Amino acid sequence: MAGLSFDLIALQLFTGLALGAIYVLFAIGLSLIFGMLTVVNFAHGAFYMVGAYVGLFLLSLGGNFWLCLVAVPLIVGTIGLVVERFLIRPLYGRGIDYPLLLTFGLSYVMVELIRIAFGKSGYPFDTPEILQGAVNIGVGYFPLYRLFVIGIAAAVLLGLWLFLERTSFGLIIRAGARDPQIVRVLGVNVSRVWLFVFGIGSGIAGLAGLLAAPLQGAIPEMGATILAEAFVVTVVGGMGSIGGAVIAGLLVGVVVSMTSLFAPEMAKVSIFALMAIVLLIRPQGFFGRAGLMS
Amino acid sequence: MAKKTTGSNSISRRRLLTTASAGAVLAASPFRINLLQAQESTIKVGFPVPLTGPYGTEAQDQVRAAEVAIAEFNEGGGLNGRKAELLVRDDKLNPGEAATRTLELIEKEKVNFIVGSLSASVQLAVNNVTKERGIIYNSISQSDEINEAKDFSKYTFHEALTPHLTAGAVGRYAFPKFGKKVAFLTADYAYGHEMVRGFQEAGKAFGVESLIDVRHPLGTTDFSTLLPRIQALKPDILVISNFGRDQQIALKQATDFGMKKSMKIVAPILLYTGRLAAGAQAFEGVIGGTSYYWGIEDKLASAKAFNDRFRKMHGGKVPSDYGALGYAGVKALLMGAKAAGSLDTDKVIAAVEALKYDYYKGPEYYRKCDHQAVQSVLIIESKSTPQKGDADVFNVIATEEPNEKNLRTCEALGHKS
Amino acid sequence: MTQPAVPSAGWFDFAKRHRAILASIFVLVFPLVMPFTALAVNILIYGLYAVGFNLLFGYLGLLSFGHAALFGTGAYLCGIAIVHLGWPWYAAIVMGILGGAVMAAGIGALAIRTRGIYFAMVTMALSQCVFYLFYQAVDWTGGENGLRGVNVRTIDIFGLKLDFINPLTRYYVVAAFVILALFVLSRILASPFGAVIEAVRENEARARASGYDVTRTRLITFILSGAFCGLAGALMALHLSIVPIEILHIETSGMVVMMSLLGGMGTFFGPFVGAAVFLLLENLVSIWTVHWQLIVGAVFVICVLFFPAGIWGTILKRINK
Repeated sequence: MAGLSFDLIALQLFTGLALGAIYVLFAIGLSLIFGMLTVVNFAHGAFYMVGAYVGLFLLSLGGNFWLCLVAVPLIVGTIGLVVERFLIRPLYGRGIDYPLLLTFGLSYVMVELIRIAFGKSGYPFDTPEILQGAVNIGVGYFPLYRLFVIGIAAAVLLGLWLFLERTSFGLIIRAGARDPQIVRVLGVNVSRVWLFVFGIGSGIAGLAGLLAAPLQGAIPEMGATILAEAFVVTVVGGMGSIGGAVIAGLLVGVVVSMTSLFAPEMAKVSIFALMAIVLLIRPQGFFGRAGLMS
Repeated sequence: MAKKTTGSNSISRRRLLTTASAGAVLAASPFRINLLQAQESTIKVGFPVPLTGPYGTEAQDQVRAAEVAIAEFNEGGGLNGRKAELLVRDDKLNPGEAATRTLELIEKEKVNFIVGSLSASVQLAVNNVTKERGIIYNSISQSDEINEAKDFSKYTFHEALTPHLTAGAVGRYAFPKFGKKVAFLTADYAYGHEMVRGFQEAGKAFGVESLIDVRHPLGTTDFSTLLPRIQALKPDILVISNFGRDQQIALKQATDFGMKKSMKIVAPILLYTGRLAAGAQAFEGVIGGTSYYWGIEDKLASAKAFNDRFRKMHGGKVPSDYGALGYAGVKALLMGAKAAGSLDTDKVIAAVEALKYDYYKGPEYYRKCDHQAVQSVLIIESKSTPQKGDADVFNVIATEEPNEKNLRTCEALGHKS
Repeated sequence: MTQPAVPSAGWFDFAKRHRAILASIFVLVFPLVMPFTALAVNILIYGLYAVGFNLLFGYLGLLSFGHAALFGTGAYLCGIAIVHLGWPWYAAIVMGILGGAVMAAGIGALAIRTRGIYFAMVTMALSQCVFYLFYQAVDWTGGENGLRGVNVRTIDIFGLKLDFINPLTRYYVVAAFVILALFVLSRILASPFGAVIEAVRENEARARASGYDVTRTRLITFILSGAFCGLAGALMALHLSIVPIEILHIETSGMVVMMSLLGGMGTFFGPFVGAAVFLLLENLVSIWTVHWQLIVGAVFVICVLFFPAGIWGTILKRINK
């Protein structure tokens, strides 16, 4: 293994963290929605993709990237609210497969709508000027924008944690994840809570898409690939656990990054194999609750 | 519970009417009975291309250019008055779908020829179906394998460049100019490997040292995990061998990582549509190859004629590289038929083999052993500021003239002489 | 008040009583009313694929998102047998069936321990692994370019030499296999094992309490499902004369889920109807617009919301009312 130095490995690790940051943001929404609503949102990737395109659109109208950071999650979150209220809510109680199937079909529709509106080829997404270039982080030059992504992800996580732990709404969400029946008995409008959780989860996914866009451009298919990988994250971390999603997201990012160094063609397989192993040994993931799925 | 007790033999009139009307609708619908298919007298050219999917733009350009070829043929009197017709089908960039479409074109439409398609796997799929049924197929997209004995048949023609030729041409230009230490970033599939092989073959003559060949899976969206390793080796040249979206993203991220400051980035092929999609910044300073660029009309009369015809038929647009292949692919077969004076397959094959033509980019002919079109390769560089309108995105900095020696040898391809 | 056993009027009851004959006539006439014969063959093949999938999903209640692995393995093993091993067509088909069954045994053994949504995700993850495996084995599978050369020109059967290149002949050969497979499936469902499958789906705890080995039932059903899907894959390889790597994509798994639901899971012919509707929609809508996925996706969403029994299931319900 010629050319492998500590610097290179450290640089690769940082790259893994940046990759993981996107996974984390994406997977948190997925995990939240599953933990609260017991819905596996197959359209989550589509929301991610829509976030990138909404950002593109806003930029074309003359906005700036900072505006997008705020507007995109709000817009995508609102779309999520509408989807939950009118498409998913009718399916509660019909069996766990139905919301999954609906979101699966919905993703086809959303992707195609974006193709119609924006074309099939995808668009380049320029990194905002201030964030261009690389900084010396000690072990080498690392793109500034990726550091920014790590930072934003951390900020969002902090905000989310504060929201869940310190606000009464957050308390309701946590209680509802634990036992929706009791919460309902206590007079809380669980439907409204679920509505907002879906909206929040989708909004964060949209934000993740916006953040990912300068890294790879915006293409209609970008949601499909990350969805499959995010399933790995949520399963490894534990469905319904935010902390699990964070740790697993970073872990998956680092695993992909490090396997790329040694055996790039195995990078993608490695995470699915990881998922299969976790499922066999500890199906609830690192931090999930056992029996969540019976 | 008693139900209506009509006897089992009598069927209510209402039901009869509904069934009859359903039948009438069925007969009038696209589901017409195939037995009554009439034989047409036009020359049918099947054209499966990926209208949906990431290369839709290129595919649509291929259709436009093919239409030019058909129009020219028909205006020139056709084949003893018989006109040609283009049957476009969407293969969705999927070999299975392409095979189904090819079956439809052959079995139902009874096409005389097939021209297409974009993507190596799709070409090979179409070719497998056509060769089994003795239909001439002219492939208009890059592939090394289609010329190999395993896939080849006398019905197979290949108008497009091969990865080996393209990569070799770019290598022969770049290696003497920019240095001997070369790093490769390669898409890990047949096309990528073929490109690298072409570069390395060409590099032998210049004493090129291959520092590393980093493989990435198709559809990689994040090269950040691969680029630092390359940077650490300090190459003179970075050869990025991938295609389409992969290439756009790779170039973009290499730019982000500041790699252009310390090395020259070279790609075997640069797509006109890709350049438009990815923007000037990513392609800045990158050198690559192509089969055609509209800008050569300044120097080449056939290019000007083709471009002008294309502009006239399609609202002032100019043809792209892949589009032009659609034109040449169709035209070559039709001209072959005209020269043979018939649609008999073996006669047309012989006529096309004997063709010496200059339809749009200079002199070309098909090599006998593998029906590969021997043609020039243009070396191009991206222009950061277009001067002659939006389409002015490349500079042609060199042209490698047609030369059979630059192709893989017939023996290497498995053809017995 | 006596109830004379008078058969009621209507096409449907007539059809029910002459099911087999009508089905045979339908199969015979089908290619003639389809836009082109190759499409009819595709419908048969995907219909069988969906029926195999439905055995697991509709009848047992396990939603798998990785069935492409079974379909694809069947196709590849059939293709490899012909291209690399030079075996005759019937041996290749057997290979395809075995391939699907063995792959199902492998995936099933790992996935059966999980349930519900986890099952869907494990099957998806494992089928991704299968995809990469076949992708990397370039010498056997052709890798990204797919396996070419699955060329069978004549089918020698009982002394008859059938021209497999002829579209109608090819259709009837495929139809024969599909009909045979459907017959076998209907026998399985009518057998005691079929009853156990339903029991497990209805109430797993009770089935276990009644002494049935639920895990074994699941695994066997998975393997049977794999066998049918493997056969469908093998037929696909022979029909297209290639095996594209895309056959192992997640999309192929998703497609069969869509087909089953569109048609109606838990009914015998539902998945077939679903496959036909899906492919026809794809073929017809493609003529008018390149955005056929929008239409198909929207129809699917509507079905999930309003017609969970699927097209065929809803039709059956309406008629039975």
